[in-house]
Amino acid sequence: MIFSITPRPASLSEFFWFNAPDGGEVASLLSTTLWMVLGIFVIFTIYMVFSAFSWAIHKLFIDGRNKANGYTSLKTVTFGDESAVEANRFASVASVVAIFFFWGLATGSSLLGPIQLPAPFLGKTSFEYTAINSYGETDKGTVNLLVHTFDDKPVLEKANNIATGFARDSAIKVRERRTALLSAKKIGAKETDGFKIIEINGIAIEPNQIVNFGNGEVLLTAKGSMQIRPYDGMTMEALYLPAPEDVWKSFLRLNKEGYTNVGLWENVFWSLIRVVLGFTLGCLFGIPLGFAMGLSNWFRGWFDPIVEFMRPVPPLALIPLIIIWFGIGEQGKISLLFLAALWIMTIAARAGVSGVNISKVHAAYSLGASKRQLLMKVILPNSLPEIFTGARVAMGVCWGTVVAAELVAAEKGAGKMIIAASKFQLTDIVIIGIIIIGIIGFAIEVLMRKAENRLIPWKGRG
Amino acid sequence: MSGLNINDVSMTFELPNGGSVEALKNINLSVQKGELVSVLGPSGCGKTTLLNILAGFLAPTDGIIELNGEIVKKPSSERGMVFQQGALFEWMNVSKNIGFGPKMKGTPQVEIDAKVAELLDIVGLQDFADKMIYEMSGGMQQRVALARCLANDPDVILMDEPLGALDALTREKMQSLVLDIWKKTGKTIILITHSVEEALLLGERLIVMAPRPGRIHKEYKLPFAELGVGADLREVKRHKKFGTTRDEILNMIWNMEEEIMGRAES
Ligand SMILES: Nc1ncnc2c1ncn2[C@@H]1O[C@H](COP(=O)(O)OP(=O)(O)OP(=O)(O)O)[C@@H](O)[C@H]1O
Ligand SMILES: [Mg+2]
Repeated sequence: MIFSITPRPASLSEFFWFNAPDGGEVASLLSTTLWMVLGIFVIFTIYMVFSAFSWAIHKLFIDGRNKANGYTSLKTVTFGDESAVEANRFASVASVVAIFFFWGLATGSSLLGPIQLPAPFLGKTSFEYTAINSYGETDKGTVNLLVHTFDDKPVLEKANNIATGFARDSAIKVRERRTALLSAKKIGAKETDGFKIIEINGIAIEPNQIVNFGNGEVLLTAKGSMQIRPYDGMTMEALYLPAPEDVWKSFLRLNKEGYTNVGLWENVFWSLIRVVLGFTLGCLFGIPLGFAMGLSNWFRGWFDPIVEFMRPVPPLALIPLIIIWFGIGEQGKISLLFLAALWIMTIAARAGVSGVNISKVHAAYSLGASKRQLLMKVILPNSLPEIFTGARVAMGVCWGTVVAAELVAAEKGAGKMIIAASKFQLTDIVIIGIIIIGIIGFAIEVLMRKAENRLIPWKGRG
Repeated sequence: MSGLNINDVSMTFELPNGGSVEALKNINLSVQKGELVSVLGPSGCGKTTLLNILAGFLAPTDGIIELNGEIVKKPSSERGMVFQQGALFEWMNVSKNIGFGPKMKGTPQVEIDAKVAELLDIVGLQDFADKMIYEMSGGMQQRVALARCLANDPDVILMDEPLGALDALTREKMQSLVLDIWKKTGKTIILITHSVEEALLLGERLIVMAPRPGRIHKEYKLPFAELGVGADLREVKRHKKFGTTRDEILNMIWNMEEEIMGRAES
């Protein structure tokens, strides 16, 4: 039970206005969640089946070949020894291949060659319907259907209507995965009393029933019209998910032409520069602030409330306020990133100070260091590992925040690009944007780690 | 007045729960310049507390410490410390660690370099000047710590279990090194240890402390430090008086521990 629906005392409701959600809302929330659980489970299971399959291949053809050597290979206890667990690179590659495979499969990608899920029907097809009039006479008419792709705008040939009876032939075009409504009036109901469709390709049909005609199906509506749906296959529409090769083509085009007059890398550059500026500002203020908090009672007391308060506020929650204050210009976004980095860096620097082994501090004083020297020669270098960890987190948060901020308000930037593209349902650009954002986030993390290993070789060996 | 004087020093820790611990009670001790004093006692008898007070990291609740007639109030480079471990600066190499003290005082780099070279020689690390701390073994690290302390030319060297984290063999070598350094430099050294043998070997004077409240229980004057300089320490240990004194002190500490346990149980 999440919410109780018991009536509250009047005095309370004067202060709080909380509409208890009605049972229906809650039930629909729960059922949605349950369906999601099922969906996630199915997707995950398929993925794991693929994994098991790859594992079997690996086991059969690769594992035995190159016997591992080195210390780890001699360990007999590996289950439970985390240090003996190493990412199986074959598995990583297979996993990425699997994702592209599913992507290609779901979108009917040409990359997969003959491995294809049934595609939606395209081209010409037809079916015959039988109609009856109030005299009990029946007549047959043909419906010629032209199913075309999204981009195609074919010209329809008129049906050569030399029909003799009251049921007329008709030609109609329809986009793949869409339905077309062929009203009863158009095929003769206007002039024929009691016009009623009773068969499709010789199969009896009643209103609200569906009959398959081979390349699609017909639903007879309550009003007696035909709703025609050509077979829509099992692949996804490009509007929802374009095929990998199409995304790649869009990427090449985007590279050359940009989108809305802004180059792809120009967008990325703007996002990056904002992150770098905001992050740098955050470090510039956050690190001294953290040190002050780690070294002085007064500063710790003074800044504690605001730091502890601001720390759990996600930067994204500040976007509306920032826009109200600064508008949609650069100042707002840099301020936002500054705030995103500031608290993280403050807390990292404070943790760095508190992590200094007291023996080192005592030793430094006993060696004649002044407070200033202690700060610069002992506390600062000793906090570098913590500061770097903080910097890595801050960079990640800043990168996520800049994209979100650009979604809301920006003229250039990776986030701006994908939100603009999404308004015109240019899913390929949205996907390219997401992939690039992911890759850059990953690259930032890798670079930071590399820098960390170079600059702080003593990390974890104190 | 020269030397180190501990006058009636007491230290009581107030506990957050309202109680208090008498870590030290009325400690009186004077140490002459150049003396090598080892301090021994069961765990929790206040050895570290005493050393921290001598170093100036803690102010005693009562009493004063004087070094060469001046009252000790805060840490200073005339009282060098050697810690058990973890007090070296990992972000500096061996030379920079050793030269840290002189550098803080603004000594010219040429002089620092000469001093560092000399000390590297004394502690036997000539070939490791440019190594980083984390590349050194525990024993080597303690040599660096000793050298770093000596670089400042302190009047007194305070050591809190400096060899406690070393294996037996390395420890023996380091004991010889401490004796050598003591003889060569003539420094006043106060050394805390848990090992009775080490206390006997390295103490001209040996102070045995007792717990609750922490106090000086007994003091010995011993010849072994002098004997051990430049000699085989195993020979020294075979000395008859060494064995008898060791057994006597072991018994003494054993009884103290028994007493503590008994009190804790009742
Ligand atoms: N900061 C402190 N607050 C409260 N009690 C303390 C504090 N420091 C030390 N004590 C107490 O004072 C007593 C002496 O501690 P001290 O560390 O000096 O013992 P020690 O002789 O060095 O022990 P060990 O041989 O285990 O190192 C102990 O009972 C300890 O619990
Ligand atoms: Mg101690």
